[in-house]
Amino acid sequence: MLKRLTLLAVLMLPAGFAAAEEGESYLHAGTDIYNTESLQRGARNFMNYCSGCHSLQYLRYNRMGTDLKIPPADLAALMFTSTKAFDHIVSAMPADSEKWFGKKPPDLTLITRAKGVDYVYSFLHGFYVDPKRLWGVNNQYYPNAAMPAVLSSLQGLQKPVFKSESVDGQEKMVLTGLELIPPAPGEEKRFLTPAEYDDFVRDTVNFLDYAGEPIKAKRQSLGIFVVLFLLVFFVFAFLLKKEYWKDVH
Amino acid sequence: MAAAPDSVGGTSPGGFIGWIDQRFPLTKLWREQVSEYYAPKNFNFWYYFGVLSIVVLVNQLVTGIFLTMNYKPSAAEAFGSVEYIMRDLDWGWLIRYMHSTGASAFFIVVYLHMFRALLYGSYRKPRELLWIFGCIIYLLLMAEAFMGYVLPWGNMSFWGAQVITSLFGSLPIIGGSLVEWIRGDFVIADATLNRFFALHVAALPLALVFLVMAHLMALHEVGSNNPDGIEIKKLKGPDGHPLDGIPFHPYYTVKDLAGIAAFLALFAAVIFFAPTFFGVFLEEANFEPANPLQTPPHIAPVWYFTPFYAMLRAVPSFAGTQVWGVLVMGAAIVVLFFLPWLDRSPVKSIRYKGPIYKIALAIFSVSFVILGVCGLKPPSGIYPLLAKICTGLYFAFFLLMPWYTKIDSVKPVPERVTGHA
Repeated sequence: MLKRLTLLAVLMLPAGFAAAEEGESYLHAGTDIYNTESLQRGARNFMNYCSGCHSLQYLRYNRMGTDLKIPPADLAALMFTSTKAFDHIVSAMPADSEKWFGKKPPDLTLITRAKGVDYVYSFLHGFYVDPKRLWGVNNQYYPNAAMPAVLSSLQGLQKPVFKSESVDGQEKMVLTGLELIPPAPGEEKRFLTPAEYDDFVRDTVNFLDYAGEPIKAKRQSLGIFVVLFLLVFFVFAFLLKKEYWKDVH
Repeated sequence: MAAAPDSVGGTSPGGFIGWIDQRFPLTKLWREQVSEYYAPKNFNFWYYFGVLSIVVLVNQLVTGIFLTMNYKPSAAEAFGSVEYIMRDLDWGWLIRYMHSTGASAFFIVVYLHMFRALLYGSYRKPRELLWIFGCIIYLLLMAEAFMGYVLPWGNMSFWGAQVITSLFGSLPIIGGSLVEWIRGDFVIADATLNRFFALHVAALPLALVFLVMAHLMALHEVGSNNPDGIEIKKLKGPDGHPLDGIPFHPYYTVKDLAGIAAFLALFAAVIFFAPTFFGVFLEEANFEPANPLQTPPHIAPVWYFTPFYAMLRAVPSFAGTQVWGVLVMGAAIVVLFFLPWLDRSPVKSIRYKGPIYKIALAIFSVSFVILGVCGLKPPSGIYPLLAKICTGLYFAFFLLMPWYTKIDSVKPVPERVTGHA
């Protein structure tokens, strides 16, 4: 038994190494794909704020409608007029949009699978004013991002907080955090509160997590039954073995 | 039809089976290979991994056939067709995850199966050819896994293929043309994907199945080794069967059934709850389509190749060429084939070997795991040094074996096997 435990420990070694090195300083998204209402709000957010530029080319409207329990009438409201329910969610971006941004807005179907929900959540919190950039904003989590601060109409603008640090003997300004620029008097109502904005982004990222693997929730709930069945099957197989092996001495 | 004696000495059934038996050796095969194949009665935990590799092989073949029905082996369509399988094809996600998880499971069970051979000396005379067939299977499995990993045409597929195929370019004189010949183009491209698909779904599986059959035929010819490293055929009862042997069926078929159930429970747990296994079985960068203009931040092969990848990186370039690392990596596989002749111990099993072999095997195993970790990590910090040391230890285990197994103390080997699980 001890030998097997040692073996298990050795086998887990690489996983341990991997775990120790994660913890890149992303914000925690706290998404939950089982929260259908959050997914519905996220779908609405995505269609209103993201889908103008970003496609979800592997996700179909009707699949989204079924999985997220969106009534057909509401689903139709989320679609462009000429699209059919079985169409993939493509953006209205023309093919030469690369000229506008220096980069074609990427498809986001698999963004959470490639980068993780925490990254996307952080990215959408990471815009700050930087006059040197084309759109006047930069991003803390993806420096020199080509994307404009689309959600600043909800969040407001953030300014960077720098700290002077000596790197290899040279004084350098290091970005330590972001600070919300207070809105002009009387303009407060135009923006979401920071907590509301967090929820807005969380719902949107949650929806993107769903879009990355629509089957995820079903896969996990089905998995419980499959594993339980196999464990019960194991018990019977083990008892059968015991019975047969009675006469081996 | 009356029962008639057959060549095995038993009786042949009548009816439909009898009809077949007169035309095809069905009952004969069943008896020789299964119901009257006498296996040692003391197999332990380590002896499950042989049958488990067959289970995984069958899983890969069956799920692979269904994936082939919907996968498109073209650079333009491959990535999208995998997403089609994952989303639009009924149960396609399950088939794909069974296949992708199966690839890693294959290496886990095969590595444990090989470790079993190191524990109990299963490669020793008369099982040298059995071991060599196994080594060829392992080599083919690596080729099969590498080409399979390229097929989803993600960015890691592309850059992994780029790195691995360019290794051949370091060979002198023929290198450049060899790489072009393998890729079918000057770079990894549609032609590469097409030929890797052909090799992955037809050529290599065919070769693997044949070799697995040869592996089993060799095993059943010489008989199974056991944790005591005793030849059970030496002591036979009056019925001509080994005293320490029991028929494979039903004893080991029911025992393996329980083992398979336990394995499948673990396998299903990964498929349903962690199919990417935290970016180890399916890497994050592979959820982005292949992009020849954008290198992933850190290119690492899948975990089962990383020990050898670490060796490759551990060897510095010398005399203006990187070929030495490639040669060392190749030698790490080639040396396995010579194992039966490197071990000079008078006993087979670790149970009766002395402390030197036990320590050597422990150091070797830990080195191999550390090499695996080093191969996953970027070559900075402590990792390059660790990789160098462990590469040395890996080879020392094999190359010094003729000496340390000779001087090692041994315990007396009993006549009969000890206990059974």
